[in-house]
Amino acid sequence: MFPTPIEKSSRQWQISYQLILPLVLILWLAPLLAVALFSIKPDADFVNGNFWGMPSSFEMFNNYGKVFFESNMPKYLLNSLFITIPTVIGAVALSAMAGFALGVYRFKGNLLIFFMFIAGNFVPFQILMVPVRDLTIQMGMYDTVAGLVLFHVAFQTGFCTLFMRNFIRALPFPLIEAARVEGIAEWKIFWYVVLPLMKPALAALAVLIFTFIWNDYFWAVVLTQGPNAQPVTAGITEFNSQFRAAYHLMSAGSIVAALPPVLMFFIMQKHFIAGLTLGAVK
Amino acid sequence: MTVTAVPDTSPPVERGWYKRNEIAITPWLFLLPAMLFFAVYVIIPIGQSFWISFHQWDGLGEKTWVGTANYERLLGIGDQNIDRKFETSFWNNIKWLILYLLAIPLGLFISLFLNQTVRGIRLYKSLFFFPFVISQVVVGLVFSWFYLPNVGLFDQMTGFFGFQIKGGMLGNPDWATYGIIMAGLWPQTAYCMILYLTGLNAVDPEQVEAARLDGAKGWKMLWYVIIPQLKPATFIAFVVTIIGALRSFDLISVMTNGGPFGSTRVLSFYMFEEALSEFGFRMGYGSAIAVVLFFIMLGFIIYFLWSMYQDEKGGR
Repeated sequence: MFPTPIEKSSRQWQISYQLILPLVLILWLAPLLAVALFSIKPDADFVNGNFWGMPSSFEMFNNYGKVFFESNMPKYLLNSLFITIPTVIGAVALSAMAGFALGVYRFKGNLLIFFMFIAGNFVPFQILMVPVRDLTIQMGMYDTVAGLVLFHVAFQTGFCTLFMRNFIRALPFPLIEAARVEGIAEWKIFWYVVLPLMKPALAALAVLIFTFIWNDYFWAVVLTQGPNAQPVTAGITEFNSQFRAAYHLMSAGSIVAALPPVLMFFIMQKHFIAGLTLGAVK
Repeated sequence: MTVTAVPDTSPPVERGWYKRNEIAITPWLFLLPAMLFFAVYVIIPIGQSFWISFHQWDGLGEKTWVGTANYERLLGIGDQNIDRKFETSFWNNIKWLILYLLAIPLGLFISLFLNQTVRGIRLYKSLFFFPFVISQVVVGLVFSWFYLPNVGLFDQMTGFFGFQIKGGMLGNPDWATYGIIMAGLWPQTAYCMILYLTGLNAVDPEQVEAARLDGAKGWKMLWYVIIPQLKPATFIAFVVTIIGALRSFDLISVMTNGGPFGSTRVLSFYMFEEALSEFGFRMGYGSAIAVVLFFIMLGFIIYFLWSMYQDEKGGR
């Protein structure tokens, strides 16, 4: 193990390590702690210039209450949910199938198609922006949740297929051969043999895509406008113009907007990290 | 069932066309939906953007063919000057690319610091990873408060060292881009850290022990024994960092909206601004910018794919 395990070092260094650790963490998360502090402060503190000190009164319920009951925030949160969940299901389903095809079968063009998916996934969004916006308008889906979902499903399929295909490649191939010898139909092999083995990959991708899509801002601005269909990342800017310079409300709004992926991460931590670090170890 | 009564004269049983070609057809059936979606929303639009970049178009009416006029205006070919906004954006992109790469050594450094087995270390690791999970919009907001002139924590910290940035970090054209990049480095470093933590977990302990017996330690150990074994993690960190740097849009849009005086524009932001600007949509010109950005990215994409192809050849 590198660096040298702490248990093997001097008692002094062991204690100082344990002391440094929380200090470094507080420094690292200082910006977030500041927002959390802002979100429970009263308005008066900012007027009086008390930005970083202790709150003069505890206004958490007041501030968060305003976010939920006096703004469009709940609508935006709901939109985000309606955009994110179908995208997760769609992208995972499409890529599980594509990954199965690319991971199990040998055919001409296999690697070419696979590399197409990877390359498309790296492309800058701006090269897609004008045509995708135009297409969405022509289909009558501008400013709708469905328009965003369709695009997100398509784009995320690139990354997901890369992930699924590599995962399936690593499964024991004799399992599939054995099923073939038994004369089982190919789609049944997918459904009954491969899919159950892919559960960890499905879970990892589901949390990753959830976070990516929840946090998307660019496409939300390009394909939607207003509280009708806009997700919370775009809504927060409108929220901010409603409460201009009201730092306590803006902070509370930001925390609410950031919370769902954070919760997702903590609940599904193992899968999340397994997904992000795919390929980091050979 | 009368069919079964017919004597079986020609074994093996004649199967349906699908059954006979099952292995050849199935992959295409499974690929079809994904390929369809991907073609309509990703592959074809790339071509369309190239096409649109040779036109003048407001997004609604007819497109007017203008040949390479958009590119000439962008790059200042002929008797015109180079588009100043484009120039600024391009150089800012270079700054992003170079400085964003700092996330890799920083991430490695933090992962080495955290790669211990003390009580509660797992919680520490996930809390260090935290910034990556939060949306860039929120990161941008948080950092713009951090950078507020006079009252912001950053200004107070620099003031403590007797150093003041005029107009605040984000209000000063010479500093604003660096301020945004610093905000972007925060989540990106967290990502690189988690990659390296996973990589460090897989470092071969026998090699480390052997190197220790040979008297290697500290920097030498890190450089000659550990980092070579972290190569796959470094590759992925490099890929995601480059892409992250070239995709930078959210932070700029939230923190400065391109200002002050357009000093924080990058190509991705400038393209958006031109194509959907308040002064009428210039889709053709915007697409030309996007094509330039695409070619910058293409260089990296080819390198990434080539590296992955080398790996594939080694595999099954």
